[in-house]
Amino acid sequence: MSEKKTERRDFLFTATAAVGAVGVGATVWPMIDQMNPDASVKALASTEVDVSSVNPGKTITVLWRGKPVFIRRRTQDEINEAKAVKLEDLKHPEKDEDRAKNPEWLVMLGVCTHLGCVPLDQKGDYNGWFCPCHGSHYDISGRIRKGPAPTNMEIPKYEFVNANTIKIG
Amino acid sequence: MSDHEYTPKSNFGKWFNDRLPLLTLANHLTDYPTPKNLNYWWTFGGILTFCLVTQIVTGLVLAMHYIAHADMAFDSVEHIMRDVNYGWLIRYIHANGASMFFLAVYIHIFRSLFYGSYKAPREIIWIIGIIIYLLMMAAAFMGYVLPWGQMSFWGATVITNLFSAIPLVGEGIVTWLWGGYSVDNPTLTRFFTLHYLIPFLILGLVVLHIWALHVPGNNNPIGIDVKKPSKDTVPFHPYIVIKDAFALLMFMIVFAFFVFYTPNILGHADNYIEANPLVTPAHIVPEWYLLPFYAILRSVPDKLLGVIAMLSAIFILAALPWLDTSKIRSAVFRPIYRQFYWILVADVLILGYVGAMPAEGLYLLIARVATAYYFLHFLVILPILGFKERTLPIPLSITEPVLGGSSNLAAVRDDSRLEKLK
Repeated sequence: MSEKKTERRDFLFTATAAVGAVGVGATVWPMIDQMNPDASVKALASTEVDVSSVNPGKTITVLWRGKPVFIRRRTQDEINEAKAVKLEDLKHPEKDEDRAKNPEWLVMLGVCTHLGCVPLDQKGDYNGWFCPCHGSHYDISGRIRKGPAPTNMEIPKYEFVNANTIKIG
Repeated sequence: MSDHEYTPKSNFGKWFNDRLPLLTLANHLTDYPTPKNLNYWWTFGGILTFCLVTQIVTGLVLAMHYIAHADMAFDSVEHIMRDVNYGWLIRYIHANGASMFFLAVYIHIFRSLFYGSYKAPREIIWIIGIIIYLLMMAAAFMGYVLPWGQMSFWGATVITNLFSAIPLVGEGIVTWLWGGYSVDNPTLTRFFTLHYLIPFLILGLVVLHIWALHVPGNNNPIGIDVKKPSKDTVPFHPYIVIKDAFALLMFMIVFAFFVFYTPNILGHADNYIEANPLVTPAHIVPEWYLLPFYAILRSVPDKLLGVIAMLSAIFILAALPWLDTSKIRSAVFRPIYRQFYWILVADVLILGYVGAMPAEGLYLLIARVATAYYFLHFLVILPILGFKERTLPIPLSITEPVLGGSSNLAAVRDDSRLEKLK
């Protein structure tokens, strides 16, 4: 093969194949990309929630981008408990301060990081959440403590618009 | 198929066949020489064809009434059940038909495992079969999502989330599959489209499956190569046709029992609750035919490794013709393999059982042992057994033990002589 001289025809074959590949790619990509989230789905990117009626020790669940978000107003005991956990005991080490900027309010995606079920409130071995699907236990900071989930429950981007309103997204 | 000489009798037949040799094909299919010792385990190919046609016909009819929209899907299914003429019947046939399809395919697969039908020269038939099985699982899963009940929604969430285990690109793939940030209307419409498409892909693969089968011809219960046509074969029509038809009739009795007497026993009550993205049902389980793989997924405590184990459990089957090193096809002549075969059957049934139970305590332990054994069977036992096992002597032809009075088959049937052979 190596002794064969490159001819004009070889160049034409290579050039044709290259242009053909680019053409196929340019045609296939829109077919693939059409399945990604569309403009109307992306437009629903933020939700404002009134939390004035939430009492300490209660959790409300709101829908954001089709997913549940847990907003828990934690009691002082719960905050102390969350802060007392040693980082070495955690599968996915995160400080409680980094997860709840305002320690009274824990705002997180209510989606188990294993396979996406909604964990149950105030259940499980760690006084936090328990996922009924495959048995992941989360603590009162939403951190994974036991079970197959690889990471802590996700904290979405959010801010307090005023004392009673949280804007998620 | 190629070495087939056939001339139609009528002039029109000749004229047509010269232009499109359909009559040659029909003649090939009727005359197709089939081993004369095929037992009833060989009738499931025909039964599966019936299942596929049933699903396509009932599915087409359901699609005339179903609305693929997150706000309307659940109600449209209830509309089919209550308002559409015979809608209840058509939907129950379709829903139970999926279970019957899997029941038949599992018997078909385990028949191949027992009689070594996957071995040379039938590897391509086997691999096409595994692809069909994979597509069946995809079609069944997406079909289950369409009624948009609680199990539909959460089943879809869990299964699509399996892809999030892939490092780096996993999350992007899941978002792409969903067409959003959770399972929602875009997910439903694309699942409906794919659910409609896949049966036709399966149909095409079934044609290839049968084509590949007709090159070497059927394997048979004693697993020897058969000269065809010969005293060892009978024409497909009418001998096999009538046997298949009888078996199909028996199968349809079972099918009808489920449809008319316990149409919901294989489903979950939770799926009669409309999908709610805020609440996961307390105990979510897939349909019965996916339970063994679900048990394997849950038995591994790591997310990525669990997904890999589950997928490997399916894909390992495609490598089976090369993992099984024994030259003898049929388990009739493999006394040790025969025992491992039944252990594997029990192992898969146990996996199915623990897959339906909560993943904790003793169930989890059993699931782990059974998962380990499943892989042990394919990766260790089968390759070694092919070299170590002392197989029984195989007859030279199907007819020989009957007409020639060979001792081989008699030895197999007679346990006391079997003991002496060991």
